[in-house]
Amino acid sequence: MYRIIRKKELNPTVTLMEVSAPLVAKKAQPGQFIILRVDEDGERIPLTIADYNREEGTVTIIFQIVGATTEKLNHLNEGDEICDFVGPLGKATVTEGKKKVAVVGGGVGCAIAYPVAKKFFEQGTEVHSIVGFRNKDLVILEDEFKAASSKFVLMSDDGSCGEKGLVTDALKKLIESGEQYDEVITIGPLIMMKFVCKLTKEYGIKTVVSMNPIMIDGTGMCGGCRLTVGGKTKFACVDGPEFDGHEVDFDEAMARGAMYKDYERHAYEDACNLFKAEVK
Amino acid sequence: MVGSGPAGLACAGDLAKKGYKVTVFEALHTAGGVLVYGIPEFRLPKAIVKKEIEGLKALGVDIQTNVVIGKTISIEELKTEYGFEAVFIGSGAGLPMFMNIPGENYKGVYSANEFLTRINLMKAYKDNGSTPVQHPKKVAVVGGGNVAMDAARCAKRLGAEVYIVYRRGMEELPARREEVEHAEEEGIIFKLLTNPVEIFGDDKGAVRAMKCVEMELGEPDASGRRKPVVKPDSEFELEVDCVIMSLGTSPNPLIKSTTQGLETNPKGCIIADEKGLTTVENVYAGGDAVTGAATVILAMGAGKTAAAAIDEKLSK
Repeated sequence: MYRIIRKKELNPTVTLMEVSAPLVAKKAQPGQFIILRVDEDGERIPLTIADYNREEGTVTIIFQIVGATTEKLNHLNEGDEICDFVGPLGKATVTEGKKKVAVVGGGVGCAIAYPVAKKFFEQGTEVHSIVGFRNKDLVILEDEFKAASSKFVLMSDDGSCGEKGLVTDALKKLIESGEQYDEVITIGPLIMMKFVCKLTKEYGIKTVVSMNPIMIDGTGMCGGCRLTVGGKTKFACVDGPEFDGHEVDFDEAMARGAMYKDYERHAYEDACNLFKAEVK
Repeated sequence: MVGSGPAGLACAGDLAKKGYKVTVFEALHTAGGVLVYGIPEFRLPKAIVKKEIEGLKALGVDIQTNVVIGKTISIEELKTEYGFEAVFIGSGAGLPMFMNIPGENYKGVYSANEFLTRINLMKAYKDNGSTPVQHPKKVAVVGGGNVAMDAARCAKRLGAEVYIVYRRGMEELPARREEVEHAEEEGIIFKLLTNPVEIFGDDKGAVRAMKCVEMELGEPDASGRRKPVVKPDSEFELEVDCVIMSLGTSPNPLIKSTTQGLETNPKGCIIADEKGLTTVENVYAGGDAVTGAATVILAMGAGKTAAAAIDEKLSK
């Protein structure tokens, strides 16, 4: 069992948990993920590692309440235990040799983009962070990003904070103003990553995306997380989760991600009824 | 022990009985390996596996789930940091193969591993299960091995009409005779001398049909079996909403890629001598990780052989 050491609500739909998992904390790297099961008979869900503390033996996860499992997870509190917590899985972000990068995060994807930005920044890379949210109530990790970036741009869909517009608008503006990036790293909803990649392809800037498909084991055994990358089938769990964004078939990934949509909706509603919570 | 499948459990049992302190590391949340994620309840009740594992625990075997050797801890660290005098790798052959035909990533195409894991390990067959699995109407299971029979019979139990699609004939089916008979008894339809060439999807990216060709048997190939060749102009569409690829598995490269000096053959199988010793000192291996996909019985045998070799080495 894996004890929850700290719990913090980052916004009404996004929660941070610091979990005691010394073996995972010892090896974790930015870009890698864990798989957890909230309770016996629970489903296995992958979550990217948001932070880790090797001395304390803790791993931080940040998740959005999107379904039954995350709803159940969010009902656990400090001192409670998570049934299973395994990792670190997948490959770590490659940060070596980059002088200047743009990190583009959207929504809860910012939780995954942040440790990547931090690792680049700590090694002396110039980091421009562009983060986007639907509105001001959903903003997370603003101060953390500012502390790990030489330039920080906040975007919102409705203009209630930062600039009004999409992250692609901000990225385009920076590129057009003459900023030259060795690489763009983008993490967020599939549709956002798709359009960031479309933009950077026009400018010929290498772009890395972090994929989060449906997974069971996370060690290459089930193949459920497969994606088409450069015309070849890849397993996100062992070949990724990061890939060359210009090679990823996003439309296929979006279709595959919706495989159990109806089932998930029902399960989520059932969980909300159980907890007397509002279906978001 | 790396892996709690049949090889690791058999090896652990023999060594524990001889008085060794044994720890079994398992990547998944439940011990048992293929016995719990692969083989269906109707062939091997999970209560039996559980009882066997409880028996090992009573012998003093420590089972650590949620540890991926090669990721969480390396083989080298097991020896240096954790002080294990010998390591046995029984990590199986878990990597599913696909055909690499167009349409293989449509929704509704599963590897047999995924389909069986959802049902057996994650209990997706239960009405209130938290892990979903598609409840298809018509399923094509591609392949003719024991795993294909298991997948077909599981799909049948979910209420589907099920085809086994296999490119050779009845005589050549690699599954055990018994398994084929049980599948036939349950009404699985055998579409033999048939090979898929493409999977078609609907506008939502879900499987709607599989294009196949008919085959005929030609001259014997390297395996000694008659080689299937495509019959000209034999293309046809099989209407299905789910395809389960059961083409075999290969060993997971995770351990090989993180263990210096551990040699494998071109198929990715760990090279071990007749006692199970690998190319790394005091590191043994057995089961599917060495032979490629085979049977539980052979894996258990390999585990027992390695246990004897480990005892011989450590008692010197």
